[in-house]
Amino acid sequence: MTGTLTEAQQLAYANAQAADGRVNVDLETDEGMTLNMGPQHPATHGTLRVIAKLDGEQVVSADVMCGYMHRGYEKLCEVRSYPQINTLVNRIDWLGSFANEVPFILAAEQLMGVEAPPRAMWIRTLFFELSRIANLSLFIGDLALQLGAQTPAFYAFRDREFVLNQIESVTGGRFHPNFDRIGGLKDDLPKGWIADTKAAMSRLRAYCDEMEDLVYGNEIFQTRTRGIGIIPAGVAQSYGLSGANLRGSGVDWDLRRDANIGLAYDQLDWKVWTHPDGDSFSRSWVRLQEVREATKMVDQLCDGMPAGPIMAKVPRIIKVPEGEAYVVTENPLGQMGYYLVSKGDTGPFRVKIRTASFNNISVVPWVLRGVYVPDIIAILASLYFILGDIDK
Amino acid sequence: MADDAATDTAVDEAPEVATDEEREALLSVFSAELGEAVVAHEIKPGLGLWIRVATEAWPAAAEVAAKAADCGWFDFLSAIDWLPSPYGRYEDSSLDVPFPPPMPDRSAAVPGYTGGDTRLQVLASAARMGTSLRVLLKADVPDDDPVVGTWIRTFAGAAWHERETAEMFGIRFGGNADLRNMYLPTEFEGHPLRKEFPLLARVVKPWPGIVDVEPMPGGGDDEDEATEGGEES
Repeated sequence: MTGTLTEAQQLAYANAQAADGRVNVDLETDEGMTLNMGPQHPATHGTLRVIAKLDGEQVVSADVMCGYMHRGYEKLCEVRSYPQINTLVNRIDWLGSFANEVPFILAAEQLMGVEAPPRAMWIRTLFFELSRIANLSLFIGDLALQLGAQTPAFYAFRDREFVLNQIESVTGGRFHPNFDRIGGLKDDLPKGWIADTKAAMSRLRAYCDEMEDLVYGNEIFQTRTRGIGIIPAGVAQSYGLSGANLRGSGVDWDLRRDANIGLAYDQLDWKVWTHPDGDSFSRSWVRLQEVREATKMVDQLCDGMPAGPIMAKVPRIIKVPEGEAYVVTENPLGQMGYYLVSKGDTGPFRVKIRTASFNNISVVPWVLRGVYVPDIIAILASLYFILGDIDK
Repeated sequence: MADDAATDTAVDEAPEVATDEEREALLSVFSAELGEAVVAHEIKPGLGLWIRVATEAWPAAAEVAAKAADCGWFDFLSAIDWLPSPYGRYEDSSLDVPFPPPMPDRSAAVPGYTGGDTRLQVLASAARMGTSLRVLLKADVPDDDPVVGTWIRTFAGAAWHERETAEMFGIRFGGNADLRNMYLPTEFEGHPLRKEFPLLARVVKPWPGIVDVEPMPGGGDDEDEATEGGEES
């Protein structure tokens, strides 16, 4: 192709390429250097763009640009019916999809005055925790990958598959189960599923132990994360950080324990993990403990499953009475909530989706000031975001 | 921190609980601090507390939430457009409706809990860490000049939420100079979450999934069949 171009065309092409290059790294002689990371960057696992102003190797200021994947769910929700929205919200945090459905369904149930049967609530809790394991187990491998270790990522993908298989064998969907219904669940559990799940959980516990040895005990990992990217509890609070990012700053708050809305958590024996340091290491460490704790919870949920129906009586065409409801749950990434306004129609009047990652990542300009360039990656990885959860 | 009172959200089983002392106490803090500026309130026992404050008291409400009311964890800030959509729910989009359709009258905007006098309302939430308590705050946004005060002096995290609200609803936040678009391109025109903003995908092509319940076998409507599967989701 290049052979057919005239010299002037080749020059124009070269100039255009050079202009593209300048967008990427803009060298300013007086005020240091502007470094652009993304929108396509391996460390942002998605299309998040970070623009950092550097002085030598240190970040002077940083800005985050998002929206490259904005899908306008809040607008789409206004024209869809409640069962259809269930499919949409699966795509928000795509690593723990089922967990996105639960607060939305609970909000609709709250307005309708419908209560799901105990067995449905129990299985919801079970899948909520399976989503958490599927999501956070991948985080551990991903974090190690960002810090230069390849193998843990493969281990993570390998062992997450055991959880995905269990989700798939019930819901038919590995990533997007679309399994929750207003009033209950789509299906009951198949035969033999409980035993398989328990086997998968012991496998995942072995994975956690392995990772704790391989990654968390690694000297390089500790050097790269300890004391890096410290977020004090006060800052975390004013930015609305949640999940492990908040508990990694020493705040003992978990909605599963403190604001349980009908899920089976109050009948389980489990612990909320916190870490006082507030650095990258503590956030990651809390997530590892949460995976381990979740596997224990799944075991208990498998053992204590109540019998009974999985669906309450709901009308064929779902209309939610007029009113407003705000339901928040403790999702894998942090607190996720839906502010649901209904005008008595088959679809909502307005839905505000409060996603965890949006708040979690809004602290990035604050926390990146003064860090070194390689630490940008470590801090972004330890804050752990899913692009769909930021851009909605 | 696992105080027993925090579990009162599981009130589904006990709808007869008519009072909610924690939320009443929270409301009285706001009433004491803001006085007349608390315009209206609503308590759903065990479920939520809504407070509508005067527009001028919007930043002060954040301050009260963070300090006196001990709800210092920033949750979210957004807005609601109470005008009914002129497009309906796009059920009729396959019919010959004029585009753009006539705008509903301003009086058609009926606000929800705690009422209101304007079409747009800002809505925000703050929570008390370690508990299930959170307060939902609302304020009217003037119709002619949609400006309210900013929350960023109290909650640093509000900055991004105000940027999002500004681009989606066209509400400006006095005191927040950085209201660049959060999601949309800089040259984007319009405010997508306002009801008069059309969902163009639905305007140019009718939504096949609008027929929610299949017709009975034998009584099928050919027109419905013809539109099925016309669009991937």
